[in-house]
Amino acid sequence: MAADNRPLSPHLQIYRPQITSVLSILHRISGVFMSLGILLLAYWLAAAASGPESYETAVALLGSVVGRLLLFGWTLAFFYHFLNGIRHLEWDTGRGFELPQVVRSGWLVVVLSLVLTLLMWGRLLLGGS
Amino acid sequence: MSLRSPLSKVLGLGAAGDGPAHWWSQRVSAVGTALLGLWFIAGLVGLDLGDRESVVRWVAEPLNSVLLILLVVTASYHSHLGVQVVIEDYSRGWSKVVGLVAAQFIHVVAAGVAVVAILRLSLGG
Repeated sequence: MAADNRPLSPHLQIYRPQITSVLSILHRISGVFMSLGILLLAYWLAAAASGPESYETAVALLGSVVGRLLLFGWTLAFFYHFLNGIRHLEWDTGRGFELPQVVRSGWLVVVLSLVLTLLMWGRLLLGGS
Repeated sequence: MSLRSPLSKVLGLGAAGDGPAHWWSQRVSAVGTALLGLWFIAGLVGLDLGDRESVVRWVAEPLNSVLLILLVVTASYHSHLGVQVVIEDYSRGWSKVVGLVAAQFIHVVAAGVAVVAILRLSLGG
């Protein structure tokens, strides 16, 4: 059989999204997004090391509306990837694989990552920076 | 009858030649990045990020400098392992080779830039 003529696994467009599959791909997306965050971290540190003027520029860039939205996204991605990573480590020990457990831990990760992100931004915004 | 040589069985490194090394490194660096990342987030919350002086003072604290360098290196390593898997899953042929090499270079450069910046701040260069 030709390589391009093989049967496909369930088609993404007609396969109903479930908490398991959605959280799985979100782990990847949040991870790749945070890879870009490492570039930002490096830029932020380099700007601080280069002097007041370059730091001003960095603060202006990150303090803009787009900058703040991205920072919010990075915070959410961090907490999600962190919590879902703990879920993965639990699975690595062979535990938590029963379907009800998987669904429960999945929703727990979603709720906790939202709560932690909002708490952190509440502190940041009330702190005045 | 198995076609695998006795040596290959004893080494247990499988077809890729490195056994579970990548998988294990990903977990260990995940734990390291998680702990250091939590510390970093907690540190950021207590900082006035708009004020360079206070940021520089915070980075220059010896313990903070060490942990920040560890964070940057560990997170870059963990990030590289993850991006590597994503590229291997979704690309073929030359784009895969170019993507893998580029991902490695970019991660090393980012970590290098960040570490030098932290050292400059902590050593007062």
